[in-house]
Amino acid sequence: MAHHEVDHVSGVTTTGHEWDGIKELNNPLPRWWLWLFYICIIWSFGYFLVYPSWPTLTGYTKGFFGYSQREAALNDVAVGASTRLAAASGLKDATLEQIQGDPKLLEFAMANGKAAFGDNCAPCHGSGATGSKGYPNLQDDDWLWGGSLDAIHQTLLVGVRSTHPDTRVNDMPAFGKDALLEPAQIKNVAGYVLSLSGGAVEGADVAAGQTVFAEQCAACHGEDAKGLQDLGGPNLTDAIWLYGGDEKSVVETITNARRGVMPTWEGRLDPVTIKSLAVYVHALGGGS
Amino acid sequence: MSIWEKHKIFEKNSIILVIGILLVVAIGGLVEIVPLFYLKSTIEKAEGARRYTPLELAGRNIYVREGCYLCHSQMVRPMRDEIERYGHFSLAAESQYDHPFQWGSKRTGPDLARVGGKYSDAWHVAHLTDPRQVVPASIMPGYPFLAAPLSADRIADDLKVLRLEGTDYTDEDIEKAKLDLAAQVNPDDPNAESLLARYPKAVVRDFDGDPSTVTEMDALVAYLQMLGTLVDFTIYDDKANLR
Amino acid sequence: MSLEEGGYAIFLGLLAFACLFIAGKAYDQALAFHAVIGAIMAGAGVYLIVKTYLDNGGATAPEEINGKPNYNFGPVKFATIAAMFWGIAGFLIGVIIASQLAYPALNFDLPWTTFGRLRPLHTSAVIFAFGGNVLLASSFYIVQRTCRARMPGRITPWFVVLGYNAFIVIAGTGYLLGVTQGKEYAEPEWYADLWLTIVWVVYLLAFLATIWKRKEPHIYVANWFFLAFIVTIAMLHLVNNATVPVSVFGVKSYIVWSGVQDAMVQWWYGHNAVGFFLTAGFLAIMYYFVPKKAERPVYSYRLSIVHFWALIFLYIWAGPHHLHYTALPEWASTLGMTFSIMLWMPSWGGMINGLMTLSGAWDKLRTDPVLRMMVVSVAFYGMSTFEGPLMSVKAVNSLSHYTDWTIGHVHSGALGWVAYISFGAIYCLVPWLWNRKNLYSLKLVDWHFWVSTIGIVLYISAMWVAGIMQGLMWRAYTELGFLEYSFIETVEAMHPYYLIRALGGVLFLLGALVMAYNLYMTIRYGEAEEPAGGVALAPAE
Ligand code: HEC
Ligand code: HEC
Ligand code: HEC
Ligand code: HEM
Ligand code: HEM
Ligand SMILES: [Ca+2]
Ligand SMILES: [Ca+2]
Ligand SMILES: [Cu+2]
Repeated sequence: MAHHEVDHVSGVTTTGHEWDGIKELNNPLPRWWLWLFYICIIWSFGYFLVYPSWPTLTGYTKGFFGYSQREAALNDVAVGASTRLAAASGLKDATLEQIQGDPKLLEFAMANGKAAFGDNCAPCHGSGATGSKGYPNLQDDDWLWGGSLDAIHQTLLVGVRSTHPDTRVNDMPAFGKDALLEPAQIKNVAGYVLSLSGGAVEGADVAAGQTVFAEQCAACHGEDAKGLQDLGGPNLTDAIWLYGGDEKSVVETITNARRGVMPTWEGRLDPVTIKSLAVYVHALGGGS
Repeated sequence: MSIWEKHKIFEKNSIILVIGILLVVAIGGLVEIVPLFYLKSTIEKAEGARRYTPLELAGRNIYVREGCYLCHSQMVRPMRDEIERYGHFSLAAESQYDHPFQWGSKRTGPDLARVGGKYSDAWHVAHLTDPRQVVPASIMPGYPFLAAPLSADRIADDLKVLRLEGTDYTDEDIEKAKLDLAAQVNPDDPNAESLLARYPKAVVRDFDGDPSTVTEMDALVAYLQMLGTLVDFTIYDDKANLR
Repeated sequence: MSLEEGGYAIFLGLLAFACLFIAGKAYDQALAFHAVIGAIMAGAGVYLIVKTYLDNGGATAPEEINGKPNYNFGPVKFATIAAMFWGIAGFLIGVIIASQLAYPALNFDLPWTTFGRLRPLHTSAVIFAFGGNVLLASSFYIVQRTCRARMPGRITPWFVVLGYNAFIVIAGTGYLLGVTQGKEYAEPEWYADLWLTIVWVVYLLAFLATIWKRKEPHIYVANWFFLAFIVTIAMLHLVNNATVPVSVFGVKSYIVWSGVQDAMVQWWYGHNAVGFFLTAGFLAIMYYFVPKKAERPVYSYRLSIVHFWALIFLYIWAGPHHLHYTALPEWASTLGMTFSIMLWMPSWGGMINGLMTLSGAWDKLRTDPVLRMMVVSVAFYGMSTFEGPLMSVKAVNSLSHYTDWTIGHVHSGALGWVAYISFGAIYCLVPWLWNRKNLYSLKLVDWHFWVSTIGIVLYISAMWVAGIMQGLMWRAYTELGFLEYSFIETVEAMHPYYLIRALGGVLFLLGALVMAYNLYMTIRYGEAEEPAGGVALAPAE
């Protein structure tokens, strides 16, 4: 291509073509560029030798060390779990009371519980565990199913109205929807229930309501309406309401029942974490 | 110098240039894609994965329609933090019935591959209707409009197309598609038992708290509640499926 | 009437009837709506064909005027304006979705305004509507000028440009109605995909046919890149969108691939949409406008050859870097990673050829803000093609994947490279096409440059910080070995960065509005170029 013209600015020849005024210089490939390119290629071929890379007709090249990212991850998890357990040896076999009694185990269980709470429980019970409508506050000492370590632990394991075969369950009848009570009766019993915590329902016959309560409700909520934790029947006298303490909410509860669901954590969270969560929840304030 | 002259053949003949381009760009895809169809190791041996029930499928279509995959992954990676946060890493076997796959590429919200059973139906309904009502710091959009009735009269046609594409729907599945869909939201439905026999581990219940109508919410929650629940990892053999 | 005109008229006429038929029988409101739009557009096509035929009395435009090629710039002008329009729409939607992530109330709880539906609208509007029209305009412009030949056909170029924009309208309205295949960057449903296939084949033929008419012995490097872009996108589009509709009377279809294979096909497509749409196509633009504006020869012909073939060969393999650590077999992931590393230098080959073309003309950067924009764009190209291979390394990707780091990378490529080179090209094209001496105001170009550069910097630096922080928080452990943060805490931590990003987006959008104003003034009031023996432009047909 000796006959090609030379670009005056750079002193380099052009290729002799021109498109709409555009020419091309005949510069060689930049050295550094070419070398970096070669290095990348060589590095890649090295990588092929070490790691799983090329598919074949029946499998793939496994690399020198048979490395597998899945295996590495499982190892990481196992190492993580065993170092944690080594630091708090005994957590696995300790009873809940033992954990509470041992500052070291307790610190550990609290840390474990806190970590698990944020992603698993907070969406329902709130990031401060104070609950919201339909989701109980775990900070107070008002318990539906009992606030002892074991009761809490059991609640976590099997859940409430969950898919677990041994789930805690107690279905309040839908007195209105299923026509078990007349609307007037519902109004009266609502009046009675609210009167227990100083409220009132206008036009409700509290005395009649009390009779209905004794017949229909006491079995779950107790003669004195202070709740039956074995059955998960809430205390109706303490002015702490899961679904609201105004007339409308109470009537709604009696009419349709609520049947909130707390999932089971057995199988999803490991046993140590569930134990830790029980200790953590117990320590939040209201544990008994 | 002369080697550069050889390039003229491409510069002077557009057809040769096009053929050259086609050949060069075909190779990578062939090598990477074709083996995935014949290598046995591509999809792990894992018990439990199954085709979607009609209701789950309808829910999945809503998931696709609303673009949930643009914020949520469905792919737990094999890494300690992800396994501890979300559960066992995802298997190819778990998404083998997914047309299209929904692994996602951005996690604005958490991974959903194992969200099934993690919350109650009522929580999902409340959350989807108004996320900030249950999770005050959430930035997820609200989907109150999912309370609309589900239109799935032609769901049997969907199953037929999927069967054409290789999903193992049986004649009975297709015949009963509409019945199955109705049965899954109603435990008292006479067809519920047959549904459960054909779709193991399907959950039959009223999902959205309103038994009177089958809504889009029913379908979407049914789908969310089955995510990650099919493969039993207590019997899954990790060692046999490293790859 | 010529065979071409008659053919298109009959085809579009039949199409209009088919659409009406489908609209009548559709059981899906979205499909009925789209079929009606289709019928109207096809009908309008027939009307325009017949009308121009009658108006011109069947006369065809001459191939040459005074011995100079009579280039066909009508479709180019249309695509240029469409690009500007869609660009602003796309940036605006970007600003909206960015704001939604900072203030979720902006989703308004309505189906068509939620993030999940607007996000694909944003990506398609900027990539396919804005980027696509820039590519159509510039490829039709460049191929004619570098072949010194008028594009063949009277209807064909218009069919490509208008047909492509019809596809955009169908795709975009579809997203709002919830019509999507749920595959990133390939969301349009089967009927839109089918229509795009037709348009694309015609595009390839129109492009090739212009090359066949060329008066230059060699095909210019920009056209190699355009060809690679057109051919490869066709291949990717066909395979990734292979689907079976549930019924021709409904929108829904099911992709034939499933699970892990679908994932691989999707990212083979998705990565190469980046490689061939956002890279090869825009490199072609660079190869024409940079030397042209700098008035310097292309730096190295040999580099062009090597980096062209290496780039297109290696790019195809890199898809699995979007699937690191997923259920995709690890061997595929390794290939994706290594080929991404090998892709680094071929990518930089383009950058070197672009930047070094300025040697001897660097001083022009001070006086020519348009050239400066293009040079900065090539620098961004270099930066994102360094960042890309870095993020392809599995260890890095384990941190960056799923986070806003990816979003930062995307936008350094998208805003810095794709949008800037497009702005540069449009700033060049408008005066050239409308026969103006110069742009209305170089000062405004300067303003555009600075405002949007600040916007880009805010955007990408916010996303880097946010992304890395997010990745680190997800994997942070307490001293005792427990996960330190719950997911929602990481969501809360993103808020300030989402605000900064939205602000960056607003600046970028403002810049584009300034540009649109400048272009409008140029076209409307700009001083006409003397036709001093220059090319006589045929009126737009
Ligand atoms: C889907 C929402 C949901 C999630 C997630 C959830 N809970 Fe609950 N939880 C509930 C509901 C609803 C109840 C009340 C059940 C009832 O009505 O008896 C409850 C009850 C409880 C109780 C019993 C309270 C009492 O007064 O007896 C405890 C303890 C508890 N949850 C702890 C937890 C912990 C710890 C976690 C996380 C591992 C968790 N919950 C996750 C919904 C949830
Ligand atoms: C079969 C057991 C059962 C019977 C009978 C029963 N309840 Fe309940 N009740 C419950 C349970 C369990 C809850 C917890 C909420 C839920 O899950 O439905 C509850 C909740 C309530 C609440 C809401 C408490 C709160 O904190 O918001 C009220 C009020 C109430 N019951 C009133 C009554 C009245 C009045 C009757 C009789 C007419 C009655 N219950 C009969 C089991 C019962
Ligand atoms: C703008 C992004 C965004 C979109 C779109 C989105 N989400 Fe979310 N999602 C989030 C965020 C952030 C969270 C975490 C906070 C929370 O729980 O609300 C979340 C949480 C969730 C959760 C709880 C997961 C868990 O384990 O705690 C579910 C389930 C969910 N989303 C389902 C969906 C579905 C279904 C859709 C589509 C109809 C959807 N999301 C669309 C952002 C989004
Ligand atoms: C005003 C300017 C822009 C703003 C404010 C903006 C904003 C956004 C936002 C908020 C997202 C979603 C990120 C997420 O899900 O977390 C996004 C995604 C995206 N944008 Fe933009 N954008 C702008 C311009 C552009 C341009 C010009 C392009 C391309 C040419 C582009 C291409 C993309 C792509 C490809 C994605 C998807 C990224 C992914 O899935 O990883 N954007 N943009
Ligand atoms: C050598 C060149 C490049 C390489 C190797 C590369 C590599 C990567 C990697 C590793 C990711 C992250 C994948 C993930 O973790 O999910 C990514 C995402 C992305 N890149 Fe690049 N990149 C390159 C150049 C570019 C350029 C020039 C653009 C131009 C605009 C671009 C646009 C994108 C987009 C849009 C995504 C997001 C895809 C998605 O998840 O939706 N890339 N790239
Ligand atoms: Ca993405
Ligand atoms: Ca598509
Ligand atoms: Cu990529």
